[in-house]
Amino acid sequence: MRKILLAATLTIVLAGCQSTPEAEKPAGVEDRTPGAATKPPAAATRPVAPTTLGGNPLKDPSSILSKRTIYFDFDRDDIKAEFVPVVEAHGKYLRENRGAKMLIQGNADERGSREYNLALGQRRSEAVKKRLMVLGATEVQIESVSLGEEKPACVEHDEGCWYKNRRGDMLYGGEF
Amino acid sequence: MYALLNPVPVTQTLRAVLVAFAVVWSPAQAQLSIEIIGGGADQLPIAIVPFAGEAALQPGVTEVIEADLARSGRFRTLYTGPQNPPLNEATNVDLAGWRSRTADALVVGGVYPAPGGRYEVRFRLYDVPKQVSLGGLAYTITPAQARATAHRIADFIYEKLTGDRGVFSTRIAYVVKAGSRYQLQIADADGANSQAAMTSNEPIISPTWSPDGTRLAYVSFEAKKPVVYVHSLATGQRQAAASFRGSNSAPAWSPDSRQLAVALSREGGTQLFLVNADGSNLRRLTSSPSIDTEPHFSPDGQWIYFTSDRGGSPQIYRVSTGGGGAERVTFSGDYNVSPRLSPDGKTLVLVTRNAGRFYVAAMDLATRQIQILTDGGRDESPSFAPNGKMILYAANDGGRGVLAATSSDGRVKQRLSVPAADVREPAWGPYPAN
Repeated sequence: MRKILLAATLTIVLAGCQSTPEAEKPAGVEDRTPGAATKPPAAATRPVAPTTLGGNPLKDPSSILSKRTIYFDFDRDDIKAEFVPVVEAHGKYLRENRGAKMLIQGNADERGSREYNLALGQRRSEAVKKRLMVLGATEVQIESVSLGEEKPACVEHDEGCWYKNRRGDMLYGGEF
Repeated sequence: MYALLNPVPVTQTLRAVLVAFAVVWSPAQAQLSIEIIGGGADQLPIAIVPFAGEAALQPGVTEVIEADLARSGRFRTLYTGPQNPPLNEATNVDLAGWRSRTADALVVGGVYPAPGGRYEVRFRLYDVPKQVSLGGLAYTITPAQARATAHRIADFIYEKLTGDRGVFSTRIAYVVKAGSRYQLQIADADGANSQAAMTSNEPIISPTWSPDGTRLAYVSFEAKKPVVYVHSLATGQRQAAASFRGSNSAPAWSPDSRQLAVALSREGGTQLFLVNADGSNLRRLTSSPSIDTEPHFSPDGQWIYFTSDRGGSPQIYRVSTGGGGAERVTFSGDYNVSPRLSPDGKTLVLVTRNAGRFYVAAMDLATRQIQILTDGGRDESPSFAPNGKMILYAANDGGRGVLAATSSDGRVKQRLSVPAADVREPAWGPYPAN
């Protein structure tokens, strides 16, 4: 408890040091006249493929593959509609990169028996694995495990925090 | 603590933070302290005359004996000042005189130097109303054995006066979490002599003593997933008993200390398996499309009780150790987990959820009557003392993880805590071997 207070204090103190007063913007720097008619461009446009600098799409914050967490409803392990695109993206990646290996860590909120929560987290990680395999990933590429309630993302005792702990995290080789 | 919230220059705050870290985690002295917060009914008043010559030993045997008996909740220790004439186990005691002081039992004893730097500790126990001696013992000990000897004497007194075996010479294991450091600790049943068996930066759960007292099985997350280890207390060596693909957890010892029941996800879902303590001879025990976990052997080795949600909600079932169909055991409420059988096999203790809160309850297996034993609301992980009279469990005190103990009738209450840390996952050890 003391450690949390001290850490929080340090954060507050450092944040205080970093804030600077906002400078007055001189008038006329940005001149967007509202309501001005915009003419369609004369030439046809077409999309240009983004330049890949050899970066890792798994770590690229603008790539859906950098999203690694699926959240679940209470006592549920079904993948909600809002997370299907993320799972599909990772399924495609695993299908196209047969050498890639993934560890899925399932979690549960703090309420109840630790071992039963371990099993609930396992259900969640297996649900994600199953969906990834439907999308073309192979069994040997994915290990699904559980951390139960032992590695919470937050420690408050309310639904907002419990939701954050009912999750599956997808980790690729080198990240665990 | 609150002074730190006032704005201070950054350098001063940093220094305070560094100092606080040093104070918050001192591996050697994370002492478990036990307070009695509820007493039993019908406490037997007992007078223990300070043992003659006990200043020669540390700690004094009288204070350890008194604390043990008081902590059991079954005794009320009476104050006895210096006696004139002085009493020891050899004196002819005026028992009628003690009767008038409302003592039902009297202990007198002494500590005497013996050859080779050793000491003799002798005592005698009297039944005051019946005006008879109930016996006594003599030990020859080294000074280092003073505490253990006092526990033995308390066991003798407890057993003579209650008919039940004492657990004052047993040990308990538990997990201490301070920040991101986890320690599996073992201490005497009164909290003294705590030692770390294992320290880790990742969680440790489900410690459990082998019935022969030589090993602890537990689950460690150091590999970023749960693995079951068997840890030898004498050597400090450990080996993985279950480290299969997927999750490995919930170890439970067979009564002969030779095998473990475990919960594994290697074949999909969480299912029960049996494995030898060295990890060999894996056999599947349950096959259900649901969660089967938290196995626990009955003391006669015939049954394995476990938690399963095969019926739609987590309930307790049992299956024959030889395999076969499972039988449901709990029927009331929608959440009954963590089965533990009493040493005499007659009572099932479990964790039940009622209106969103979790309690430890006891079910009489003959009558199927259930009694709620605790009232914390976040109670879990019950563990029986080997005499079946006390149940140790994990609780929450204002956000802090503590341990608590309740007598099997719910009357005697204790709280056990470690300063500036969370304690959880208790496991009461067996009677010592000799």
